Amino acid sequence: MKVLVSVKRVVDYNVRIQVKGDGSGVNLDGVKMSMNPFDEIAMEEAVRLKEAGTAEEVIAVTIGGDKAEEQLRSALAFGADRAIHVKVNEEVSPLTAARILKAVFEKEQPGLFLMGKQAIDDDNNQTGQMTSALLGIPQATFAGELKIDGNKATVVREVDAGLETIEVDLPAVVTADLRLNEPRYLKLPDIMKAKRKPVETVSMADLGVEAAPGLTVTKTSPPPARAAGIKVKTVDELVAALKDKGLV
Amino acid sequence: MSKILVVAQHDDGQLNVATARAVKCASEVGGEVEVLVLAESGQSIGEAAAQLEGVSKVLVADNAANSQPLAAVLAPQIAKVAQDGGYSHVFGPNTTYGKDLMPRVAALMGVAMVTDIMAVHGAHEFDRPIYAGNAIVTVQADSGQAVVASVRCASYQAAGQGGSAAVEGISVDAELPTHTRYVGLKKEGGDRPDLQSAPRVVSGGRGVGSSENFKVIFDLADKLGAGVGASRAAVDSGYVPNDMQVGQTGKIIAPELYIAVGISGAIQHLAGIKDAGCIVAINSDEDAPIFEVADIGLVGDLFQVLPELQGKL
Repeated sequence: MKVLVSVKRVVDYNVRIQVKGDGSGVNLDGVKMSMNPFDEIAMEEAVRLKEAGTAEEVIAVTIGGDKAEEQLRSALAFGADRAIHVKVNEEVSPLTAARILKAVFEKEQPGLFLMGKQAIDDDNNQTGQMTSALLGIPQATFAGELKIDGNKATVVREVDAGLETIEVDLPAVVTADLRLNEPRYLKLPDIMKAKRKPVETVSMADLGVEAAPGLTVTKTSPPPARAAGIKVKTVDELVAALKDKGLV
Repeated sequence: MSKILVVAQHDDGQLNVATARAVKCASEVGGEVEVLVLAESGQSIGEAAAQLEGVSKVLVADNAANSQPLAAVLAPQIAKVAQDGGYSHVFGPNTTYGKDLMPRVAALMGVAMVTDIMAVHGAHEFDRPIYAGNAIVTVQADSGQAVVASVRCASYQAAGQGGSAAVEGISVDAELPTHTRYVGLKKEGGDRPDLQSAPRVVSGGRGVGSSENFKVIFDLADKLGAGVGASRAAVDSGYVPNDMQVGQTGKIIAPELYIAVGISGAIQHLAGIKDAGCIVAINSDEDAPIFEVADIGLVGDLFQVLPELQGKL
Protein backbone atom coordinates (compact mmCIF):
# COMPACT_ATOMS: atom_id res chain seq x y z
CA MET A 1 0.00 0.00 0.00
CA LYS A 2 1.09 3.52 -0.81
CA VAL A 3 0.48 6.18 1.84
CA LEU A 4 0.17 9.83 0.86
CA VAL A 5 0.74 12.50 3.53
CA SER A 6 0.13 16.22 3.09
CA VAL A 7 2.25 18.70 5.02
CA LYS A 8 1.92 22.46 5.36
CA ARG A 9 4.48 25.13 6.17
CA VAL A 10 3.14 27.25 9.03
CA VAL A 11 4.39 29.64 11.71
CA ASP A 12 6.09 27.55 14.41
CA TYR A 13 3.70 26.70 17.23
CA ASN A 14 5.98 28.33 19.81
CA VAL A 15 5.83 31.74 18.13
CA ARG A 16 3.55 34.32 19.69
CA ILE A 17 2.17 35.97 16.57
CA GLN A 18 1.66 39.73 16.22
CA VAL A 19 -1.10 41.40 14.25
CA LYS A 20 0.17 44.21 11.99
CA GLY A 21 -0.80 47.68 13.17
CA ASP A 22 -2.65 48.51 9.95
CA GLY A 23 -4.87 45.43 10.22
CA SER A 24 -3.53 43.98 6.98
CA GLY A 25 -2.53 40.66 8.45
CA VAL A 26 -0.18 38.85 10.78
CA ASN A 27 3.49 39.83 10.82
CA LEU A 28 5.45 36.95 9.27
CA ASP A 29 8.78 38.77 8.72
CA GLY A 30 11.64 36.79 10.20
CA VAL A 31 9.25 34.46 12.02
CA LYS A 32 10.29 30.84 12.50
CA MET A 33 8.38 28.47 10.21
CA SER A 34 7.85 24.74 10.74
CA MET A 35 5.82 21.81 9.60
CA ASN A 36 2.26 22.02 10.95
CA PRO A 37 2.36 19.91 14.17
CA PHE A 38 -0.69 17.83 13.23
CA ASP A 39 1.00 17.04 9.89
CA GLU A 40 4.06 15.82 11.80
CA ILE A 41 1.78 13.38 13.59
CA ALA A 42 0.30 12.26 10.25
CA MET A 43 3.83 11.87 8.87
CA GLU A 44 4.93 9.84 11.89
CA GLU A 45 1.93 7.54 11.53
CA ALA A 46 2.72 6.92 7.87
CA VAL A 47 6.34 6.08 8.65
CA ARG A 48 5.26 3.72 11.43
CA LEU A 49 2.96 1.95 8.94
CA LYS A 50 5.96 1.50 6.67
CA GLU A 51 8.13 0.25 9.52
CA ALA A 52 5.40 -2.23 10.43
CA GLY A 53 5.34 -3.51 6.84
CA THR A 54 1.78 -2.27 6.21
CA ALA A 55 2.89 0.46 3.81
CA GLU A 56 5.40 -0.03 1.02
CA GLU A 57 5.89 3.59 0.09
CA VAL A 58 5.30 6.92 1.82
CA ILE A 59 4.87 10.02 -0.32
CA ALA A 60 4.77 13.53 1.13
CA VAL A 61 3.01 16.37 -0.66
CA THR A 62 2.93 20.08 0.04
CA ILE A 63 1.32 23.12 -1.55
CA GLY A 64 3.29 26.33 -1.25
CA GLY A 65 6.07 28.61 -2.43
CA ASP A 66 9.77 27.78 -2.85
CA LYS A 67 10.44 27.72 0.88
CA ALA A 68 7.86 25.00 1.50
CA GLU A 69 10.55 22.63 0.23
CA GLU A 70 12.09 22.90 3.73
CA GLN A 71 9.03 21.17 5.17
CA LEU A 72 9.15 18.53 2.44
CA ARG A 73 12.77 17.86 3.40
CA SER A 74 11.60 17.42 7.01
CA ALA A 75 8.98 14.96 5.78
CA LEU A 76 11.70 13.07 3.91
CA ALA A 77 13.83 13.07 7.05
CA PHE A 78 10.90 11.53 8.94
CA GLY A 79 11.08 8.70 6.45
CA ALA A 80 9.02 9.59 3.40
CA ASP A 81 10.46 7.94 0.29
CA ARG A 82 9.78 10.83 -2.07
CA ALA A 83 7.94 14.11 -2.17
CA ILE A 84 5.73 16.20 -4.43
CA HIS A 85 5.90 19.99 -4.29
CA VAL A 86 2.87 21.69 -5.78
CA LYS A 87 4.34 25.12 -6.29
CA VAL A 88 1.85 27.89 -5.66
CA ASN A 89 3.01 31.31 -4.56
CA GLU A 90 -0.28 32.76 -3.34
CA GLU A 91 -2.36 31.46 -0.43
CA VAL A 92 -4.81 28.79 -1.49
CA SER A 93 -8.27 28.31 0.02
CA PRO A 94 -9.06 24.95 1.64
CA LEU A 95 -11.30 24.03 -1.31
CA THR A 96 -8.51 24.81 -3.78
CA ALA A 97 -6.10 22.78 -1.65
CA ALA A 98 -8.62 19.94 -1.71
CA ARG A 99 -8.84 20.12 -5.51
CA ILE A 100 -5.04 19.99 -5.76
CA LEU A 101 -4.77 17.10 -3.31
CA LYS A 102 -7.51 15.24 -5.17
CA ALA A 103 -5.48 15.54 -8.38
CA VAL A 104 -2.33 14.29 -6.64
CA PHE A 105 -4.29 11.44 -5.08
CA GLU A 106 -5.67 10.38 -8.47
CA LYS A 107 -2.18 10.39 -9.94
CA GLU A 108 -0.60 8.42 -7.11
CA GLN A 109 -3.52 6.11 -6.21
CA PRO A 110 -2.55 5.61 -2.55
CA GLY A 111 -4.42 3.24 -0.27
CA LEU A 112 -4.43 5.81 2.52
CA PHE A 113 -4.22 9.60 2.66
CA LEU A 114 -3.05 10.93 6.03
CA MET A 115 -3.32 14.61 6.95
CA GLY A 116 -3.23 16.75 10.07
CA LYS A 117 -6.71 17.57 11.38
CA GLN A 118 -6.08 21.29 10.96
CA ALA A 119 -3.31 23.75 10.24
CA ILE A 120 -2.44 25.91 13.21
CA ASP A 121 -2.23 29.12 11.16
CA ASP A 122 -5.71 29.57 9.72
CA ASP A 123 -7.33 26.89 11.95
CA ASN A 124 -9.80 26.04 9.22
CA ASN A 125 -10.07 22.31 9.78
CA GLN A 126 -11.56 21.80 6.31
CA THR A 127 -9.04 20.37 3.85
CA GLY A 128 -9.18 16.69 4.83
CA GLN A 129 -12.97 16.57 4.83
CA MET A 130 -13.16 18.48 1.53
CA THR A 131 -10.58 16.28 -0.18
CA SER A 132 -12.38 13.08 0.77
CA ALA A 133 -15.71 14.60 -0.31
CA LEU A 134 -14.33 15.50 -3.74
CA LEU A 135 -12.84 12.04 -4.09
CA GLY A 136 -16.04 10.39 -2.89
CA ILE A 137 -14.09 8.29 -0.39
CA PRO A 138 -14.46 7.88 3.40
CA GLN A 139 -13.11 10.37 5.92
CA ALA A 140 -12.01 9.58 9.45
CA THR A 141 -11.23 12.87 11.13
CA PHE A 142 -9.60 13.53 14.54
CA ALA A 143 -7.98 10.09 14.61
CA GLY A 144 -6.53 9.02 17.94
CA GLU A 145 -5.90 5.43 16.88
CA LEU A 146 -5.60 3.82 13.46
CA LYS A 147 -5.58 0.14 12.59
CA ILE A 148 -5.27 -1.13 9.04
CA ASP A 149 -6.66 -4.55 8.24
CA GLY A 150 -6.53 -5.47 4.57
CA ASN A 151 -8.72 -3.07 2.65
CA LYS A 152 -10.35 -1.65 5.77
CA ALA A 153 -9.27 0.72 8.51
CA THR A 154 -10.62 1.00 12.02
CA VAL A 155 -10.25 4.49 13.44
CA VAL A 156 -10.86 5.69 16.98
CA ARG A 157 -11.91 9.34 16.72
CA GLU A 158 -11.57 11.95 19.44
CA VAL A 159 -15.05 13.46 19.60
CA ASP A 160 -16.69 15.74 22.17
CA ALA A 161 -18.60 12.92 23.81
CA GLY A 162 -15.61 10.58 24.14
CA LEU A 163 -13.98 8.11 21.76
CA GLU A 164 -15.93 7.09 18.68
CA THR A 165 -14.88 4.11 16.61
CA ILE A 166 -15.67 3.84 12.91
CA GLU A 167 -14.69 1.42 10.19
CA VAL A 168 -13.93 2.69 6.71
CA ASP A 169 -13.14 1.05 3.39
CA LEU A 170 -9.81 2.01 1.88
CA PRO A 171 -8.76 4.22 0.29
CA ALA A 172 -9.76 6.84 2.84
CA VAL A 173 -8.64 10.18 4.20
CA VAL A 174 -7.62 10.02 7.87
CA THR A 175 -6.85 13.24 9.74
CA ALA A 176 -4.55 13.05 12.74
CA ASP A 177 -5.41 14.37 16.19
CA LEU A 178 -2.90 14.98 18.97
CA ARG A 179 -2.88 11.57 20.56
CA LEU A 180 -2.42 9.45 17.45
CA ASN A 181 1.29 9.22 18.25
CA GLU A 182 4.27 11.19 19.43
CA PRO A 183 6.43 12.23 16.46
CA ARG A 184 10.10 11.25 16.61
CA TYR A 185 12.95 13.72 16.82
CA LEU A 186 14.70 14.03 13.50
CA LYS A 187 18.28 12.77 13.62
CA LEU A 188 21.12 14.39 11.70
CA PRO A 189 21.87 11.34 9.49
CA ASP A 190 18.21 11.24 8.46
CA ILE A 191 18.22 14.96 7.70
CA MET A 192 21.34 14.48 5.56
CA LYS A 193 19.84 11.48 3.79
CA ALA A 194 16.66 13.48 3.10
CA LYS A 195 18.63 15.95 1.00
CA ARG A 196 19.23 13.26 -1.61
CA LYS A 197 15.67 11.98 -1.82
CA PRO A 198 13.64 12.95 -4.90
CA VAL A 199 11.28 15.93 -4.88
CA GLU A 200 9.03 16.37 -7.89
CA THR A 201 7.81 19.89 -8.59
CA VAL A 202 4.47 20.46 -10.31
CA SER A 203 2.16 23.42 -10.86
CA MET A 204 -1.61 23.64 -10.51
CA ALA A 205 -1.78 23.84 -14.30
CA ASP A 206 0.24 20.61 -14.60
CA LEU A 207 -2.40 18.97 -12.43
CA GLY A 208 -5.24 20.57 -14.37
CA VAL A 209 -6.60 22.31 -11.30
CA GLU A 210 -8.26 25.72 -11.17
CA ALA A 211 -8.61 27.80 -8.03
CA ALA A 212 -11.90 27.35 -6.17
CA PRO A 213 -13.91 30.13 -4.55
CA GLY A 214 -12.52 31.36 -1.28
CA LEU A 215 -13.11 34.01 1.31
CA THR A 216 -11.67 37.51 1.16
CA VAL A 217 -10.00 38.68 4.35
CA THR A 218 -10.86 42.36 4.78
CA LYS A 219 -9.30 42.97 8.18
CA THR A 220 -7.09 41.28 10.76
CA SER A 221 -7.35 42.42 14.38
CA PRO A 222 -5.87 41.42 17.70
CA PRO A 223 -8.33 39.61 19.97
CA PRO A 224 -10.07 41.71 22.61
CA ALA A 225 -7.87 41.71 25.70
CA ARG A 226 -9.26 40.59 29.02
CA ALA A 227 -9.16 43.29 31.66
CA ALA A 228 -6.50 42.82 34.33
CA GLY A 229 -7.90 41.10 37.39
CA ILE A 230 -7.20 41.15 41.08
CA LYS A 231 -5.05 38.96 43.29
CA VAL A 232 -6.42 37.72 46.59
CA LYS A 233 -4.31 36.43 49.45
CA THR A 234 -6.62 34.04 51.26
CA VAL A 235 -9.44 31.66 50.56
CA ASP A 236 -11.76 33.94 52.56
CA GLU A 237 -10.96 36.81 50.23
CA LEU A 238 -11.56 34.53 47.25
CA VAL A 239 -14.96 33.44 48.57
CA ALA A 240 -15.85 37.09 49.28
CA ALA A 241 -14.83 38.13 45.75
CA LEU A 242 -16.90 35.32 44.20
CA LYS A 243 -19.91 36.25 46.35
CA ASP A 244 -19.43 39.88 45.39
CA LYS A 245 -19.73 38.92 41.71
CA GLY A 246 -22.76 36.77 42.46
CA LEU A 247 -20.99 33.65 41.22
CA VAL A 248 -21.52 31.44 44.28
CA MET B 1 -33.36 37.89 1.90
CA SER B 2 -31.38 35.18 3.60
CA LYS B 3 -32.77 31.70 3.99
CA ILE B 4 -30.66 29.79 6.47
CA LEU B 5 -30.56 26.06 7.06
CA VAL B 6 -29.19 25.09 10.47
CA VAL B 7 -28.10 21.48 10.80
CA ALA B 8 -29.28 20.07 14.13
CA GLN B 9 -26.89 18.11 16.30
CA HIS B 10 -28.49 15.50 18.50
CA ASP B 11 -27.29 12.70 20.71
CA ASP B 12 -29.31 9.86 22.22
CA GLY B 13 -32.52 11.29 20.80
CA GLN B 14 -32.01 14.69 22.43
CA LEU B 15 -31.36 17.98 20.68
CA ASN B 16 -27.82 19.11 21.57
CA VAL B 17 -27.63 22.66 22.96
CA ALA B 18 -25.01 23.48 20.30
CA THR B 19 -27.92 23.60 17.84
CA ALA B 20 -29.59 26.41 19.81
CA ARG B 21 -26.34 28.38 19.74
CA ALA B 22 -26.04 27.96 15.97
CA VAL B 23 -29.66 29.11 15.64
CA LYS B 24 -28.83 32.22 17.68
CA CYS B 25 -26.00 33.06 15.29
CA ALA B 26 -28.23 32.39 12.27
CA SER B 27 -30.85 34.76 13.70
CA GLU B 28 -28.23 37.52 13.71
CA VAL B 29 -27.81 37.09 9.96
CA GLY B 30 -31.56 37.66 9.65
CA GLY B 31 -34.13 36.20 7.28
CA GLU B 32 -35.75 32.80 7.58
CA VAL B 33 -34.07 30.29 9.86
CA GLU B 34 -34.97 26.64 9.34
CA VAL B 35 -33.57 23.61 11.14
CA LEU B 36 -32.78 20.28 9.50
CA VAL B 37 -32.90 17.14 11.64
CA LEU B 38 -31.32 14.04 10.13
CA ALA B 39 -32.09 11.07 12.34
CA GLU B 40 -33.40 7.53 12.37
CA SER B 41 -36.57 8.79 14.01
CA GLY B 42 -36.34 12.54 14.55
CA GLN B 43 -39.87 13.72 15.38
CA SER B 44 -39.22 14.55 19.05
CA ILE B 45 -35.87 16.15 18.22
CA GLY B 46 -37.66 18.22 15.59
CA GLU B 47 -40.31 19.27 18.10
CA ALA B 48 -37.57 20.46 20.48
CA ALA B 49 -35.95 22.45 17.65
CA ALA B 50 -39.34 23.96 16.76
CA GLN B 51 -39.47 25.59 20.19
CA LEU B 52 -36.27 27.55 19.62
CA GLU B 53 -36.81 31.26 19.24
CA GLY B 54 -36.19 32.49 15.70
CA VAL B 55 -36.85 29.17 13.96
CA SER B 56 -39.54 29.39 11.27
CA LYS B 57 -39.63 25.77 10.15
CA VAL B 58 -38.14 22.40 11.06
CA LEU B 59 -37.45 19.71 8.49
CA VAL B 60 -37.12 16.13 9.70
CA ALA B 61 -35.52 13.57 7.40
CA ASP B 62 -35.93 10.13 8.92
CA ASN B 63 -33.73 7.40 7.56
CA ALA B 64 -32.27 4.30 9.20
CA ALA B 65 -28.91 5.33 7.69
CA ASN B 66 -29.05 8.48 9.83
CA SER B 67 -28.96 6.59 13.12
CA GLN B 68 -25.33 7.61 13.70
CA PRO B 69 -23.55 10.88 12.99
CA LEU B 70 -21.44 9.80 9.99
CA ALA B 71 -20.38 12.81 7.90
CA ALA B 72 -20.06 10.74 4.73
CA VAL B 73 -23.73 9.70 5.06
CA LEU B 74 -25.20 13.00 6.30
CA ALA B 75 -23.34 15.44 4.03
CA PRO B 76 -24.93 14.40 0.69
CA GLN B 77 -28.40 14.77 2.24
CA ILE B 78 -27.63 18.24 3.63
CA ALA B 79 -26.13 19.39 0.32
CA LYS B 80 -29.20 18.10 -1.52
CA VAL B 81 -31.69 19.82 0.82
CA ALA B 82 -29.65 23.05 0.71
CA GLN B 83 -29.45 23.13 -3.06
CA ASP B 84 -33.04 22.07 -3.78
CA GLY B 85 -34.40 24.46 -1.16
CA GLY B 86 -32.41 27.44 -2.44
CA TYR B 87 -30.85 28.20 0.94
CA SER B 88 -28.41 31.11 1.06
CA HIS B 89 -26.65 29.79 4.17
CA VAL B 90 -26.01 26.39 5.77
CA PHE B 91 -24.85 26.57 9.39
CA GLY B 92 -23.75 23.93 11.87
CA PRO B 93 -22.12 24.07 15.30
CA ASN B 94 -18.32 23.96 15.61
CA THR B 95 -18.47 20.87 17.82
CA THR B 96 -16.56 17.82 16.61
CA TYR B 97 -19.85 16.83 14.93
CA GLY B 98 -20.01 20.07 12.91
CA LYS B 99 -16.26 20.26 12.28
CA ASP B 100 -16.35 16.81 10.75
CA LEU B 101 -19.52 17.39 8.75
CA MET B 102 -19.69 20.96 7.42
CA PRO B 103 -16.54 20.99 5.25
CA ARG B 104 -17.81 17.86 3.54
CA VAL B 105 -21.11 19.65 2.84
CA ALA B 106 -19.27 22.72 1.48
CA ALA B 107 -17.10 20.61 -0.83
CA LEU B 108 -20.12 18.72 -2.19
CA MET B 109 -21.78 22.08 -2.88
CA GLY B 110 -18.54 23.44 -4.39
CA VAL B 111 -18.47 26.49 -2.12
CA ALA B 112 -16.09 28.01 0.41
CA MET B 113 -16.67 27.52 4.11
CA VAL B 114 -16.37 29.86 7.08
CA THR B 115 -15.04 28.01 10.13
CA ASP B 116 -15.91 29.25 13.64
CA ILE B 117 -18.10 32.32 13.09
CA MET B 118 -17.71 34.46 16.21
CA ALA B 119 -19.46 37.63 14.99
CA VAL B 120 -21.86 38.47 12.17
CA HIS B 121 -21.41 41.81 10.37
CA GLY B 122 -23.76 41.11 7.50
CA ALA B 123 -25.16 38.27 5.44
CA HIS B 124 -21.73 37.64 3.92
CA GLU B 125 -19.33 39.21 6.40
CA PHE B 126 -18.14 37.43 9.52
CA ASP B 127 -15.38 37.41 12.11
CA ARG B 128 -13.48 34.23 12.81
CA PRO B 129 -10.41 33.38 14.91
CA ILE B 130 -7.07 32.28 13.46
CA TYR B 131 -3.81 31.30 15.21
CA ALA B 132 -5.65 29.77 18.17
CA GLY B 133 -7.60 32.97 18.71
CA ASN B 134 -4.50 35.17 18.81
CA ALA B 135 -5.85 37.08 15.81
CA ILE B 136 -9.34 37.67 14.47
CA VAL B 137 -10.03 38.01 10.75
CA THR B 138 -13.03 39.63 9.15
CA VAL B 139 -13.92 37.60 6.07
CA GLN B 140 -16.17 38.33 3.14
CA ALA B 141 -17.91 35.43 1.46
CA ASP B 142 -18.98 35.49 -2.18
CA SER B 143 -22.56 36.82 -2.19
CA GLY B 144 -23.29 34.88 -5.37
CA GLN B 145 -22.91 31.56 -3.58
CA ALA B 146 -24.34 29.78 -0.57
CA VAL B 147 -22.33 30.27 2.62
CA VAL B 148 -21.50 27.09 4.51
CA ALA B 149 -20.26 27.82 8.02
CA SER B 150 -19.64 26.45 11.48
CA VAL B 151 -20.64 28.59 14.44
CA ARG B 152 -18.24 29.05 17.32
CA CYS B 153 -20.60 27.96 20.09
CA ALA B 154 -18.69 29.78 22.84
CA SER B 155 -19.51 33.09 21.14
CA TYR B 156 -23.29 32.61 21.23
CA GLN B 157 -25.90 32.09 23.93
CA ALA B 158 -28.45 29.40 23.19
CA ALA B 159 -31.56 30.70 21.41
CA GLY B 160 -34.43 31.00 23.86
CA GLN B 161 -37.52 28.81 24.08
CA GLY B 162 -40.98 29.97 23.11
CA GLY B 163 -40.93 29.37 19.38
CA SER B 164 -43.63 27.32 17.70
CA ALA B 165 -42.37 26.44 14.25
CA ALA B 166 -44.03 23.84 12.07
CA VAL B 167 -42.33 20.44 11.90
CA GLU B 168 -42.38 18.89 8.46
CA GLY B 169 -41.27 15.39 7.52
CA ILE B 170 -39.25 15.23 4.31
CA SER B 171 -37.57 12.52 2.29
CA VAL B 172 -34.23 13.29 0.72
CA ASP B 173 -33.32 11.72 -2.55
CA ALA B 174 -29.56 11.38 -2.26
CA GLU B 175 -27.26 8.47 -2.86
CA LEU B 176 -25.76 7.39 0.46
CA PRO B 177 -22.41 5.62 0.69
CA THR B 178 -21.85 2.43 2.67
CA HIS B 179 -18.08 2.79 2.81
CA THR B 180 -18.17 4.26 6.33
CA ARG B 181 -19.60 2.30 9.24
CA TYR B 182 -20.20 3.24 12.85
CA VAL B 183 -18.78 0.84 15.42
CA GLY B 184 -19.35 2.47 18.79
CA LEU B 185 -18.83 5.30 21.23
CA LYS B 186 -17.00 5.10 24.52
CA LYS B 187 -18.15 7.89 26.81
CA GLU B 188 -15.69 8.86 29.45
CA GLY B 189 -17.23 11.89 31.12
CA GLY B 190 -19.49 10.23 33.69
CA ASP B 191 -22.56 11.91 35.16
CA ARG B 192 -21.19 15.42 35.70
CA PRO B 193 -22.57 18.44 33.85
CA ASP B 194 -21.52 18.63 30.22
CA LEU B 195 -18.31 20.61 29.94
CA GLN B 196 -19.47 22.62 26.94
CA SER B 197 -22.74 23.82 28.40
CA ALA B 198 -22.05 23.89 32.16
CA PRO B 199 -22.29 27.40 33.66
CA ARG B 200 -19.45 26.53 36.05
CA VAL B 201 -16.30 24.58 35.23
CA VAL B 202 -13.38 23.53 37.41
CA SER B 203 -10.24 22.44 35.55
CA GLY B 204 -7.02 20.83 36.73
CA GLY B 205 -3.58 20.97 35.18
CA ARG B 206 -0.20 19.35 35.54
CA GLY B 207 0.06 20.85 39.03
CA VAL B 208 -2.55 18.40 40.26
CA GLY B 209 0.14 15.75 39.90
CA SER B 210 -1.74 12.49 39.40
CA SER B 211 -4.94 10.77 38.47
CA GLU B 212 -5.67 10.08 42.18
CA ASN B 213 -5.07 13.71 43.11
CA PHE B 214 -7.71 14.79 40.58
CA LYS B 215 -10.20 13.84 43.30
CA VAL B 216 -9.75 17.31 44.81
CA ILE B 217 -10.85 18.84 41.49
CA PHE B 218 -13.87 16.52 41.22
CA ASP B 219 -14.83 17.20 44.85
CA LEU B 220 -14.81 20.98 44.37
CA ALA B 221 -16.72 20.61 41.09
CA ASP B 222 -19.37 18.46 42.77
CA LYS B 223 -19.76 21.03 45.53
CA LEU B 224 -20.32 23.73 42.88
CA GLY B 225 -22.38 21.54 40.54
CA ALA B 226 -19.68 22.26 37.99
CA GLY B 227 -18.34 20.44 34.95
CA VAL B 228 -14.74 19.22 35.09
CA GLY B 229 -12.05 20.05 32.56
CA ALA B 230 -8.30 19.66 32.26
CA SER B 231 -5.33 21.18 30.52
CA ARG B 232 -3.56 19.38 27.71
CA ALA B 233 -0.64 18.72 30.07
CA ALA B 234 -2.94 16.90 32.49
CA VAL B 235 -4.46 14.84 29.68
CA ASP B 236 -1.09 14.03 28.12
CA SER B 237 0.17 12.95 31.55
CA GLY B 238 -2.72 10.49 31.67
CA TYR B 239 -4.45 12.01 34.72
CA VAL B 240 -7.80 12.23 32.93
CA PRO B 241 -9.30 11.20 29.56
CA ASN B 242 -8.91 13.35 26.46
CA ASP B 243 -12.56 14.41 26.23
CA MET B 244 -11.95 16.61 29.27
CA GLN B 245 -9.32 18.71 27.52
CA VAL B 246 -10.04 22.42 27.38
CA GLY B 247 -8.12 24.52 24.87
CA GLN B 248 -7.46 25.16 21.22
CA THR B 249 -7.26 21.48 20.35
CA GLY B 250 -9.79 20.39 22.97
CA LYS B 251 -13.00 22.08 23.93
CA ILE B 252 -13.59 25.80 23.66
CA ILE B 253 -15.92 26.81 26.45
CA ALA B 254 -17.59 29.90 27.84
CA PRO B 255 -18.89 29.18 31.36
CA GLU B 256 -19.91 31.98 33.73
CA LEU B 257 -17.28 30.79 36.21
CA TYR B 258 -14.05 29.01 35.28
CA ILE B 259 -11.70 27.86 38.04
CA ALA B 260 -8.24 26.89 36.76
CA VAL B 261 -6.33 24.85 39.32
CA GLY B 262 -2.65 24.04 38.88
CA ILE B 263 -2.81 25.23 35.28
CA SER B 264 0.07 27.40 34.11
CA GLY B 265 -1.89 28.93 31.23
CA ALA B 266 -0.28 27.88 27.95
CA ILE B 267 -1.53 29.86 24.93
CA GLN B 268 -3.40 26.87 23.63
CA HIS B 269 -5.27 26.48 26.93
CA LEU B 270 -6.14 30.17 27.12
CA ALA B 271 -7.58 29.95 23.61
CA GLY B 272 -10.23 27.66 25.03
CA ILE B 273 -11.39 29.86 27.92
CA LYS B 274 -11.21 33.42 26.57
CA ASP B 275 -14.97 33.84 26.62
CA ALA B 276 -15.47 32.69 30.20
CA GLY B 277 -17.35 35.21 32.35
CA CYS B 278 -14.97 35.06 35.31
CA ILE B 279 -11.66 33.20 35.39
CA VAL B 280 -10.30 32.21 38.79
CA ALA B 281 -6.70 30.94 38.90
CA ILE B 282 -5.24 28.95 41.76
CA ASN B 283 -1.56 28.18 41.29
CA SER B 284 1.53 27.91 43.46
CA ASP B 285 3.67 29.74 40.88
CA GLU B 286 2.95 33.44 41.11
CA ASP B 287 4.56 34.01 37.68
CA ALA B 288 2.26 31.56 35.88
CA PRO B 289 0.80 33.17 32.72
CA ILE B 290 -2.70 32.16 33.80
CA PHE B 291 -2.63 35.10 36.24
CA GLU B 292 -2.36 37.52 33.30
CA VAL B 293 -5.87 36.62 32.19
CA ALA B 294 -7.46 35.66 35.50
CA ASP B 295 -10.10 37.92 36.99
CA ILE B 296 -9.27 36.60 40.43
CA GLY B 297 -5.91 35.02 41.23
CA LEU B 298 -4.81 33.18 44.35
CA VAL B 299 -1.21 32.05 44.79
CA GLY B 300 -1.15 28.97 46.97
CA ASP B 301 -0.89 25.21 47.31
CA LEU B 302 -3.95 23.73 45.67
CA PHE B 303 -4.05 20.84 48.13
CA GLN B 304 -4.59 23.32 50.97
CA VAL B 305 -6.66 25.87 49.07
CA LEU B 306 -9.20 23.52 47.50
CA PRO B 307 -10.40 21.69 50.62
CA GLU B 308 -10.61 25.03 52.45
CA LEU B 309 -12.52 26.60 49.56
CA GLN B 310 -14.87 23.64 49.40
CA GLY B 311 -15.56 23.99 53.11
CA LYS B 312 -16.32 27.69 52.88
CA LEU B 313 -18.65 27.62 49.89
